[in-house]
Amino acid sequence: MSTQSLIPTVEVQDDFRARAHKALGDQQLRNNFRSAMDSLMTKRAVAFSDAHEREHLRALGNAIRARALSKLPDLLEQLEQNLTRNGVKVHWAETVDEANGIVLSIIRAHEARQVIKGKSMVSEEMEMNHVLAEQGIECLESDMGEFIVQLDHEKPSHIIMPAIHKNAGQVASLFHDKLGVEYTKDVDQLIQIGRRVLREKFFEADVGVSGVNFAVAETGTLLLVENEGNGRMSTTVPPVHIAVTGIEKVVENLRDVVPLLSLLTRSALGQPITTYVNMISGPRKAEELDGPQEVHLVLLDNGRSQAFADSELRQTLNCIRCGACMNHCPVYTRIGGHTYGEVYPGPIGKIITPHMVGLAKVPDHPSASSLCGACGEVCPVKIPIPALLRRLREENVKAPDSPHQVMRGQGSKYSRKERMIWNVWTRLNTSPRLYRLFGFFATRLRQLVPSNVGPWTQNHSAPKPAARSLHELAREHLAKQDKH
Amino acid sequence: MSAKQNILAKLRKSLTGTTPLADNFDEALVTEPWRYAPEQRIAQLRKLMEAVHTEIHLTTAADWPQRVAQLMRERQLPSLLIAPATAHGQQLTAYWQQCGDLPPLKAYDRPVEDWKAELFNDTPASLTGTLGAIAATGSLIVWPTPQEPRLMSLVPPVHFALLNASEIHDNFYEVQQKFSWAAGMPTNALLISGPSKTADIEQVLAYGAHGPKDLVVLILEDR
Ligand code: SF4
Repeated sequence: MSTQSLIPTVEVQDDFRARAHKALGDQQLRNNFRSAMDSLMTKRAVAFSDAHEREHLRALGNAIRARALSKLPDLLEQLEQNLTRNGVKVHWAETVDEANGIVLSIIRAHEARQVIKGKSMVSEEMEMNHVLAEQGIECLESDMGEFIVQLDHEKPSHIIMPAIHKNAGQVASLFHDKLGVEYTKDVDQLIQIGRRVLREKFFEADVGVSGVNFAVAETGTLLLVENEGNGRMSTTVPPVHIAVTGIEKVVENLRDVVPLLSLLTRSALGQPITTYVNMISGPRKAEELDGPQEVHLVLLDNGRSQAFADSELRQTLNCIRCGACMNHCPVYTRIGGHTYGEVYPGPIGKIITPHMVGLAKVPDHPSASSLCGACGEVCPVKIPIPALLRRLREENVKAPDSPHQVMRGQGSKYSRKERMIWNVWTRLNTSPRLYRLFGFFATRLRQLVPSNVGPWTQNHSAPKPAARSLHELAREHLAKQDKH
Repeated sequence: MSAKQNILAKLRKSLTGTTPLADNFDEALVTEPWRYAPEQRIAQLRKLMEAVHTEIHLTTAADWPQRVAQLMRERQLPSLLIAPATAHGQQLTAYWQQCGDLPPLKAYDRPVEDWKAELFNDTPASLTGTLGAIAATGSLIVWPTPQEPRLMSLVPPVHFALLNASEIHDNFYEVQQKFSWAAGMPTNALLISGPSKTADIEQVLAYGAHGPKDLVVLILEDR
């Protein structure tokens, strides 16, 4: 297998609307997502069969995350102290460039050439594969789904199931073309092919990279959940382990992970627990016979502190990355993950991405939602996603001279014309005299409404005012009554 | 200013005038729904672990080595990796010596670097102990030690695990409290709830992803 050719990923084309339009026309893609999301929703529902238990646990999950965020800086320092005491080296990065610089310098210090990576969405934020490839370092994904998308020069389309947009036939052709194996659609055989290829890589790798699900401040423990064992391989076999994570992933106590873990695996996959819960608290000790000699943790900000600054938007950082919001999202299910064009798709992507890349780069994100509320209802840590989307819509149209700077790229959809129309509309509706005058003319001149009123008439017939307004009718009615 | 100072300063500024939220962790929520009568614990564990393709055998403190030998024969496993310095490693070694004609035992008694290729390519099965199990989620508790290192429960395709019936606990919270985990964690602690698996292709479940394809749990009922 030629490894260098694995690395570049397909660039996203066009804007959100054009991509969405294209995705909607792709029947195969829609089938793949529809069936996967249906099954994930069912599994979650079965795993939370007791609604009472579920709602109490969600409230506890929310309280734990809110408590952690309410003392985040202290917990981060406590985490660093405890990890350092345990022998883990902690690094801090404000930007993805800084984080990549740190990773690169660790890799260089070991003259490493091969990196094996467990699933990590933060490393996707960093585009680590790409950055390392440019330096001539192979960085191979080891999660089966990630391996598949990397092999096809793609990016993950789901945060838990990266290759969910493909069916077995598509994976079969991919393996046949890229790995030179016999074509088979048998999923067991496909997985065994992946296992064979990657075992060799685990064996050879100089450095293992992973994400983190929860970082426990109290004990200095990095907790990782997974089903495949690739996370354990990546964090145990190579002589160096680098974990990368966002600054929000810290929790205060070890016991806090008990409910969070249950919420995470049940919401994500409908499993009571994942096959492996891997708790790492330090590098190999002198008397131990395996495990990495060095463990590093890179704590990345990348826009999180911006979300943190606003007490409403801060709730975005409650997220435990379970993916349930996308599984239940009618928009995500129809357009798929790639349409969003960024690392995090679906509802969570719409509320976190603007902080990472600036609202101006993803101007359509806040409005790509019907506000049906499903995401907020299933979120295990009770992030009010619909409310946050509405808030981002507001930030999106804020006037450029607004003194209140909440986020990078705010006001990217601001239009003077639109603002003027709304100002007029506000006046009309707040002044009784104007309102009555408006009502009078709108009803008398109702024949003048054009039959084509922009996007509205694409799917609806043009609005036509009634012959008389309700106000007028009521007044007439009352006047008549008075006469009697 | 360093990245650390910048990040912490920003976070602190955002929290000005606020007080940390109180810790109102309600332990009933993570314990009460997950309690089992002692005689139900094996059944509960078994139900969950078998649902994810774990093989479970009930045996005793005296008989288990014989059961391992029999299972090895049935699977035609050519060798077994053990932790020679552990009590169970010694018990198994004694039984093996007594029988004579069993497939060879391999000892994990040197740093992985000294025999990595053999571990990866020529070690078909392993046997480890456990610290107990969790009935609520169907999980084995494994704390690797210098005597019984981490890769034993990961690299060989078949993993035999010994579990004392009396050490099956109700839920994860209880385990953490009872054994004061928060007071000191080992280098690596694991919960293992089945053989390695994936559903990354079309949601179709396949076992034997990167870790063991078979997890065989021997429950010692009298211990
Ligand atoms: S926002 Fe909530 S539902 Fe969505 S991934 Fe995060 S925790 Fe899960």
